[in-house]
Amino acid sequence: MSLSVKLSHRLPDMELDVAFDAPPGVTVLFGRSGSGKTTIVNAVAGLLRPDAGRVAVGDWVLFDTERGRWLPPHRRRLGYIFQEGRLFPHLTVRQNLAYGGWFAPRGAHRENRDKVVEMLGIGHLLDRRPALLSGGEKQRVAIGRALLASPQLILADEPLAALDDARKAEILPYFERLRDEVSVPILYVTHSAAEVARLATSVVALQDGKAVRHGPAAEVLSDPAVAPAGVRAVGAVLQARVHAHHADGLTELEAGGDHLFLPRIPHRPGETVRIRIAAQEVILANRKPDGLSALNVLQGTVLGIRSGEGPGAIVSVQTRAGMILARITRRSSEALGLRQGMKCHAVIKTVAIAPEDIGGRVIDT
Amino acid sequence: MGWLGPEEWSALMLSLRVSFWATVVSLPFGVFVAYALARWRFPGRPILNGLVHLPLILPPVVTGYLLLMTFGTQGPVGSLLAQVGIVFAFRWTGAALAAGIMAFPLMVRAIRLSIEAVDPKLEQAGATLGAPRPLVFLTVTLPMILPGIIAGGILGFAKAMGEFGATITFVSNIPGQTQTLPSAVYAFLQVPGGEPAALRLVIVSIVVAMGALLLSEVVGRRAAARVAGT
Repeated sequence: MSLSVKLSHRLPDMELDVAFDAPPGVTVLFGRSGSGKTTIVNAVAGLLRPDAGRVAVGDWVLFDTERGRWLPPHRRRLGYIFQEGRLFPHLTVRQNLAYGGWFAPRGAHRENRDKVVEMLGIGHLLDRRPALLSGGEKQRVAIGRALLASPQLILADEPLAALDDARKAEILPYFERLRDEVSVPILYVTHSAAEVARLATSVVALQDGKAVRHGPAAEVLSDPAVAPAGVRAVGAVLQARVHAHHADGLTELEAGGDHLFLPRIPHRPGETVRIRIAAQEVILANRKPDGLSALNVLQGTVLGIRSGEGPGAIVSVQTRAGMILARITRRSSEALGLRQGMKCHAVIKTVAIAPEDIGGRVIDT
Repeated sequence: MGWLGPEEWSALMLSLRVSFWATVVSLPFGVFVAYALARWRFPGRPILNGLVHLPLILPPVVTGYLLLMTFGTQGPVGSLLAQVGIVFAFRWTGAALAAGIMAFPLMVRAIRLSIEAVDPKLEQAGATLGAPRPLVFLTVTLPMILPGIIAGGILGFAKAMGEFGATITFVSNIPGQTQTLPSAVYAFLQVPGGEPAALRLVIVSIVVAMGALLLSEVVGRRAAARVAGT
């Protein structure tokens, strides 16, 4: 089932005007704060009434201003995961999880509670109240509560933004499981490129209330013209297979015949992972570098050089592992004499591949 | 109880009965009005707010007189109700009506504060999980404002126990029928040698008031702890 969204709404400081179709899987709304992400999600949820538009999941229309259809939020069959969890403080975890089930229509497909509890690892929390949970635990319960409401559509509004890095690393795998195991579409809001790289089936990049780019994660993230969360977010997304774990704490990945080393990751040899390589962590050389501490040197061909007003340029390099992006200065680009079609080497520091940029169990492409 | 004379005893029992019914009957209205004032934006909102608070700022005698004009046997509402057998004037039910109206603003204020402390985002979360508005109120809002409702109820009860001006104006001071605790104290002070009886009732009043206050503390704290999830 896919989600189709068409919205226009006038806000005091912005004119929201977007239209996109979200295929099954995770569709990420990606943009800076104030770009209209949350407004879109709230309109889809029915918490905000847009001036005009239409939202449908498959052939089930949530609202359509042209036909005067407007379902109130409680009839939209949602699972909304909020940034702050919004667990009911007066109910136990067990009751919070059950809440959505109290109102789900009879005959609706029900997720098995025990399965969800096990998937989220919250079995030992069932009798506690939310005040006694950590931030990460709260968010896991919030995911479970949304799932058990028999939703036709899952919405997540920056569900990790309120958590520290350790907690983010704890929760992200659950969203990956959600993407891979749940059949309903998921609309996920974030301004973190790492989350996009790990989770997105497709990305809608937003800027000032407009969808500036819409497509697969690798494509949108690599476009410096978009860079919705700033140029630092530009990076390439590669798929690689875990080749071996080495005794010195490194993991060797293999992608298209190229080998990459990075700090040890928990995935088993043979598993496929997605890694994001930020453009600003990549150095280019016009001949094979020698006497360098970096372990990852990939040979490739310059596909293109894009630069704007600033001193920087984004160079895309086709390697056997996939397309790599490098953010260098225009001055370096000229000094190296880079031009399209030229052979070059991309150098990536091993430790520059951050753990939050590595996701596992990829089933989409 | 030998310590209190029969007249004093009946005044105490009457006051308890009047305050109990005044509180129980007005509490649901209080919750509704508090919710409307806290959550809804509608044209007549400032007027409703003013009306609710009127008994708090008007002299009680004026409130009593207005009640007499409206609900008295000759009054527009009173004469209608009298046809179906409901009479307020010079009955204990009238004392309960007066006490309920005087206690209403205190009740509404306490409950409204607790409603305003409930994050509307939690109510939104309830809606996204499939609960229609009235059920969101019952399953989310109501349990969370329970401490406020209890506090408002006890406050209202204490106010009803002490109500004097509106009551005596509306239903007079008939021993055994409309003579509540404060009216009895007043009556005893008007007759020579009545001081000991008045003093006993004063002590009873203090005990009831303190008891209500302590009860509200204990119940309120327990309910708050339940809601806070500890």
